[in-house]
Amino acid sequence: MSSKTFRILNLLYVFCFLYGPLARPATPPDAPAVIVIQNATILTVSHGTIEHGSILIKDGKIAAVGQTVKAPKDAQVMDAAGQFVIPGIIDCHSHIALEAINEGSVSVSSMVDMEQVLNPEDIDIYRDLAGGVTAANILHGSANAIGGQTLVIKLRWGQPAAKLPFEGAMPGIKFALGENPKRSNFSVPGQPRRYPATRMGVEETIRAAFAEAGDYKKAWEEYNKRAAAGEKNLIPPRRDLRLEPLVEVLEGKRYVHSHCYREDEILMLLRVAKEFGFKVRTFQHVLEGYKVADELAAAGVGASTFSDWWAYKVEAYDAIPYNAALMTRRGVVVSVNSDDAEEATHLNQEAAKSIKFGGLSHEEALKMVTINPAMQLGIDKWVGTIDVGKDADLAIYNRDPLSAYAVVQKTLIDGRVYFDRQRDIAERPEREKEKKVLIEKLKKSEKKPEEKKPDATVPSGQKKPEMKKTEEKKPEEQPKPPQNGASDSAAVLSGGAL
Amino acid sequence: MSHARGRFQYRLCFINFLYLLSSAGGSAQSQPASSYAIMHAKIFTLSGSTIDDGTLVIRDGKIAGVGVGLDIPAGAHMIDAKGLQVYPGLFDAVTQMGLREVGAVSATVDSTETGNFNPDVVAATAVFPSSEHIPVTRAAGITEVLAVPGSGGFDSGGGGSIIGGQASAIHMGGWEIDEMLIKKSAAMVLNWPQVETQTFDFTTFSRKEKPYSEAKQEYDKQVNEITDWLERARHYAQAMEKGSAAGYDRDVKLEALVPVVRGELPVLVFADRAREIRNAVEFCDKQKLRMVLAGGKEAYKVKDLLRSKDIPVILRPMLTLPPDEDDPYDRLLSQPAELAAAGVKFAFASFDNSFARRLGQNAANAVAYGLPYDEALKAVTLYPAQILGIADQIGTLEQGKLANVIVTDGDPLELTTDVKYLFIRGQLTSLDNRHLRLYEKYSKRPKPQ
Repeated sequence: MSSKTFRILNLLYVFCFLYGPLARPATPPDAPAVIVIQNATILTVSHGTIEHGSILIKDGKIAAVGQTVKAPKDAQVMDAAGQFVIPGIIDCHSHIALEAINEGSVSVSSMVDMEQVLNPEDIDIYRDLAGGVTAANILHGSANAIGGQTLVIKLRWGQPAAKLPFEGAMPGIKFALGENPKRSNFSVPGQPRRYPATRMGVEETIRAAFAEAGDYKKAWEEYNKRAAAGEKNLIPPRRDLRLEPLVEVLEGKRYVHSHCYREDEILMLLRVAKEFGFKVRTFQHVLEGYKVADELAAAGVGASTFSDWWAYKVEAYDAIPYNAALMTRRGVVVSVNSDDAEEATHLNQEAAKSIKFGGLSHEEALKMVTINPAMQLGIDKWVGTIDVGKDADLAIYNRDPLSAYAVVQKTLIDGRVYFDRQRDIAERPEREKEKKVLIEKLKKSEKKPEEKKPDATVPSGQKKPEMKKTEEKKPEEQPKPPQNGASDSAAVLSGGAL
Repeated sequence: MSHARGRFQYRLCFINFLYLLSSAGGSAQSQPASSYAIMHAKIFTLSGSTIDDGTLVIRDGKIAGVGVGLDIPAGAHMIDAKGLQVYPGLFDAVTQMGLREVGAVSATVDSTETGNFNPDVVAATAVFPSSEHIPVTRAAGITEVLAVPGSGGFDSGGGGSIIGGQASAIHMGGWEIDEMLIKKSAAMVLNWPQVETQTFDFTTFSRKEKPYSEAKQEYDKQVNEITDWLERARHYAQAMEKGSAAGYDRDVKLEALVPVVRGELPVLVFADRAREIRNAVEFCDKQKLRMVLAGGKEAYKVKDLLRSKDIPVILRPMLTLPPDEDDPYDRLLSQPAELAAAGVKFAFASFDNSFARRLGQNAANAVAYGLPYDEALKAVTLYPAQILGIADQIGTLEQGKLANVIVTDGDPLELTTDVKYLFIRGQLTSLDNRHLRLYEKYSKRPKPQ
């Protein structure tokens, strides 16, 4: 690729950053242009609770919110009597909708990009939608000190991969510190250990990469300067796909989301960031964040943590469910994330735990899965609260969402209903019928003697081997209760390792 | 913020108060109080009706009385529980409590023995009474658990025995295991074999696929092995009955299986898929074993069979994704309601230790998806006790039962409810734990210079 293309690409990034909102698409074609949600308890997150309130949605955006809202005659009315509306939940750490998670063969895999492996047909997108999630930070795994490029998506189930990315959202990159990048808990028999194998080596890996990236950046700046001055016969520097994303980090055009656990490694990355002149946008997991909460607050870095996971490895042994509350009280912007397709289905409940563990208020707890992750991902101008002008990304519950008894009734993205519990239930008999027809078809095709497929004898009800099992899509952290049988080994396989 | 700080200070005071009273928190020399009267509480007995302004009297480890206007024993420590609620302590019916400290560190994991047939290993032997998981879990109102060996787990190295050993019902408190035991041998673990067409090879670290016929052959072989073990145990039982005249050699493994073949000890059969459950039920029926199903992701598919054979189920957490991608998204959440309507008896469990404190949350989620609340509450108290044959000792608030009791400020299944007092065997037990201590310590950290 020529240097010109590179510059255009750079420009495009700037363009996206500055003009992102203008470049965003209009309402999807099959959503009504005007919707009004009525009689709801609206938890705006930004300006309190509105009882018996209404939300007017026009062209996918929130046009009005309040107790009395003037709705045009052609508006589609959605009665939400007795129901609670909150901003759609934002999951700041997810691995759904991906064909692969870790490029773990090298310690710096910044050249790989999660956008290239988006799978819009991953059923976990729908399952998380059913949990009120409307946007998610799709991350590379934590097998290496510097991992792959990341992106924010909206959970537009049914749309192609190209429609998933959150328009205008800053791209990111995954870093990882501690046991996972030093491969403490993963080893392949017969294979030598990969560098780094210590926290010292993890730091050195990141420093070395940024030293290179700094030189690379300078080489391009020098070249561009001379080219701009009209110098002829210049040879551009060789393009380096591994260093380009790191240059973007240095230029503030790409967020760093760093997996971490221990207090010391958190401070280590802050020092490295200071040395090389970049910012850490969020610390992910950050289970010992409560020990260095003041340092996190001073650095202006976000913390995205689990509600109550602990003891699955040594670096999670000091994890406490008070982490989110303690960091919040010391001035850190905190979100509660899932790292797991199942956990994402009840992030509202996970946020509620900070009321019990640490005494956060109802609103502070709700912020941790709405506006706070939106701020951390730089998408708060579009989502995270129920305010006029923002995207109509909403979750509607049958009762206060900070309760284990609350069930999502509808999830809207860009004003379009992507999940509707009543519709889901109503459509089940039809789906069962369709499945039966397909199974019959398969059985018939398998009866032909010339087709000897190895799995032809698999009885119905058992999945064919090539189909993915739920258990295989485990989160990188793997603390969840075991599934019976063979899936245990699959869990080890995907456990942040490979 | 001020509200939050207030709560925190209140909690600290409360903990200090507990320190003064607690046996586990105090020194060994101090003699704990032997009787308590919890007054003016709303008491959910789970055996009869709920008492609005009642008294619960605890004496010498047991519930001495529940009701209105009871006589308070002289010297009883009185607790004014106005505005609070009293329940039996929660029971987590499948855990690796005390058997696993840090999942990734094998030196701290004693949950699964090597080899396929270990009927003679007993969980209680390896339960670490000082495990940090015990007080952490206790703070969630859980007063007793079943510690289960050999039931797999993500840290079990992918292995897992077929006969995993004996599960022990234990109290969540006590200086040593003898004080903690409710029932040392409460169930025999049987991991029902699966027809596995996909396996993971640890020597080459790669996924392997095999044809169904081959997988089925291996499955049949494993089932035959189980049959063989039970046959031998039966012969052994006969020899034991004849005594020394039979001149048999002692075999501790077969000896451990004798109560199983005699139908005295239930078999805790781990199975999730409908086909496996069906096969296991048929097998246990034929072998005349007392089966308790554990896992049961697809129990709804065989609910009539489970009902007709009277097989109770210990369900894995509702907060688990459905096994198949074309299952309804709420398949596991709505299953308890469906099983209850069909008359299948079940209990809830965490199947874990560090997630044990989510037991109430899981039960509440089942209610959210249609299970009557009373059933959910019983599924974490009375039903596990009944299923494991210890309901004569615990599970409800009735006179004469062990005083495993919690006093809360609300619904014990709800996320935001606090446990205010917790009794195990009639002892007011500390709610202090590793997490609270770290929280207190770092809450006090001064601003860095």
